[in-house]
Amino acid sequence: MKSISVTIDGTRITVPEGTTVLDAAKKAQIKIPTLCYHPDLPPVSACRLCVVEIAGDRLLRTACSWQCRDGMEISTKSALVRDSRKMALELLLSRHPMKCTECVRNGSCELQDVADLLGIRENPFEYRERKGELDLSSASIVRDPSKCILCRRCIQTCEMVQSVSAIGLEGRGYDVWVDTPFGKGIADTPCVSCGQCIDRCPVGALYETSHVDRVWRALDNPQKHVVIQTAPAVRVAISEEFGLEPGKLTTKQMVAGLKRLGFDRVFDTNFTADLTIIEEGHELLGRLKKGGKLPMLTSCSPGWINFIEHFFPELLPHVSSCKSPQQMFGALAKTYYAQKFGIDPKDVFSVSMMPCTAKKYEADRPEMNASGYQDVDAVLTTREVAVMMKQIGIDLPNMHEEEYDDPLGVSTGAAVIFGNTGGVMEAALRTVYEVVTEKPLDDIEITAVRGMEGIREAEIDLAGTKVKAAVANGLYNARQLLDKIVAGTADYHFIEIMACPGGCIGGGGQPIPTSQEIRAKRTEAIYTEDRAYELRKSHENPAVQLLYKEFLGEPNGHKAHELLHTHYTAKSQYQPDSAA
Amino acid sequence: MSDLNRIDQIVAGYQSTQSPLIYILKDVQKEFGHLSEPVLTRVAEATRIPLSEIYGVATFYSLFTTKPKGQHIVRCCNNAPCWVNGSKDVLEKIKEYLEIETGETTEDGSFTLEFTSCLGLCAVAPVMMVDEQVYGNLTPEKAVAILRDFKTKGSANA
Repeated sequence: MKSISVTIDGTRITVPEGTTVLDAAKKAQIKIPTLCYHPDLPPVSACRLCVVEIAGDRLLRTACSWQCRDGMEISTKSALVRDSRKMALELLLSRHPMKCTECVRNGSCELQDVADLLGIRENPFEYRERKGELDLSSASIVRDPSKCILCRRCIQTCEMVQSVSAIGLEGRGYDVWVDTPFGKGIADTPCVSCGQCIDRCPVGALYETSHVDRVWRALDNPQKHVVIQTAPAVRVAISEEFGLEPGKLTTKQMVAGLKRLGFDRVFDTNFTADLTIIEEGHELLGRLKKGGKLPMLTSCSPGWINFIEHFFPELLPHVSSCKSPQQMFGALAKTYYAQKFGIDPKDVFSVSMMPCTAKKYEADRPEMNASGYQDVDAVLTTREVAVMMKQIGIDLPNMHEEEYDDPLGVSTGAAVIFGNTGGVMEAALRTVYEVVTEKPLDDIEITAVRGMEGIREAEIDLAGTKVKAAVANGLYNARQLLDKIVAGTADYHFIEIMACPGGCIGGGGQPIPTSQEIRAKRTEAIYTEDRAYELRKSHENPAVQLLYKEFLGEPNGHKAHELLHTHYTAKSQYQPDSAA
Repeated sequence: MSDLNRIDQIVAGYQSTQSPLIYILKDVQKEFGHLSEPVLTRVAEATRIPLSEIYGVATFYSLFTTKPKGQHIVRCCNNAPCWVNGSKDVLEKIKEYLEIETGETTEDGSFTLEFTSCLGLCAVAPVMMVDEQVYGNLTPEKAVAILRDFKTKGSANA
């Protein structure tokens, strides 16, 4: 690519043609404030905070979207730039409630940060409330439009990353606001509860429905036997909430922290991830043998399940009937575990720690009660667990190390990679290959299904039968594959879909901020964790083997079906309130 | 009220039009009076455009409405030339006569009162529009007389 040179605040630098002023400034070690810009999304130039002055140009330009030209002279610090940025921010602040101490994003708010950066000490503009009401309709996501700064990141994310478009920009001018059509509760739209909007919201206008109080009440109740399961992806991210660099593993410190919080047992969703592989692997083999519906689609990601129920209900027979690992765990905690240890299942309070907001919706599904009780009683995001730990003074990086409890804490490397896009596929192939061929897999790391590309494909030879697999992450990419299935042009046998970019490590319940760079570091940490396991194939998990022997019987057997499998419901995208 | 199937016909008529949404909404509003939730939901299904986007367009343009409106739409200019020629008094008198605020519809459903930006008729300010007809050189009394004519005869002379 052609190189060009520009001068920024007197410093001459060379950049490739097409570089934005914002990126060029970064290269020159100059920080330009931004609010609406997000590295995952195309710039919309809405907030006007990144304006710069370009010699010979009549107007200020937004650095996030303006491309450098050869010989361009840019000022990021002229009086005009400073005044203009300050006024843009003052106007934004004049429509923000400033109740920072009551806000979920206190301390991680980009508006706070940028006000600090620009040295705002007073605001000449009078506060004017924004339109829109607090939306508590969803089991997963709270919307508080009064805090919205109209950056549009949530709208872009919902449309471009997820192809859901549950929310949009409504009205115009001074009274423009972000809303659902006709101001309905978000629960009455095709919102899939993925929470990607939360991860990209710069302020506290979007956040998860909190279960923190619910969990504290259970922990405080001596009648309750409170168990927690931790998803694969949370262990590679929670350290970010305590100021560590992304990708720093603190699994054992996290276990110790959870015990300090008062959980009676700290178990691992990895245990039921291994179990999922056994159940789902056998379901796939059954479909291949008996001519069942193919391609089979994975069912671990609840945002993805919501998506297919809303947008492609005709393809539901393709979805594996396996519950997600969270729900399998919940069902077993109140049956197998309670029986084995002589605890009354009604006293078991089952909590999960998830990188995900859709897991809250999933736990609330009325059909998830195979144990005779609601299988999962509360779902905490990675962020919420960090809040609880901080409430009692736990400093995670300085915690001692502890191990998961037996028996639902025993797992393999195949389970931990569930946290990455391609991980369920890789774990399934590790097991299916050995079950079918009865030979050990030479290279256990199936790199063809790894990576960050939206869609990846691989072909595996199973004793003469070629199995064609595909992996998609992000629902926009999933939609591409589903369109192919509808059109009859998809010749895959098995497709893994995760709703969030990068898989669960990039989930809507993970620490904020997120970006491709941060997700890549978490992904690598997951693979590091996998390599540290002695056992790296799900069917080798001794606790899962014992579970079948003592309790479940055969994979896909009667008891397994009753407890570990589910069904799906076709949903319309919108249910109008009244007839025409 | 028209049959929702009419929407499919309207959408089909714009199959070869680029960016047809505004044309579709214009026709649909003409047919149904306003762009209600069931109506726009059907537009979303027929066009395969997300409802949030359609609702955004419907709420952006002031000539689209998502709520039912009166039989007659009264639009009073609120720009400066009309203002300095007494549009405020005209508006107050109209509000008093119709017993509504701007943005509202009378209880009997006969009138909706709105603001409009400049209609380009500043020479005869203050002006208002009733449906498609423009009325200039208004006084509060003249404005009320015009509306009274609409109420009784369904139209008025300028």
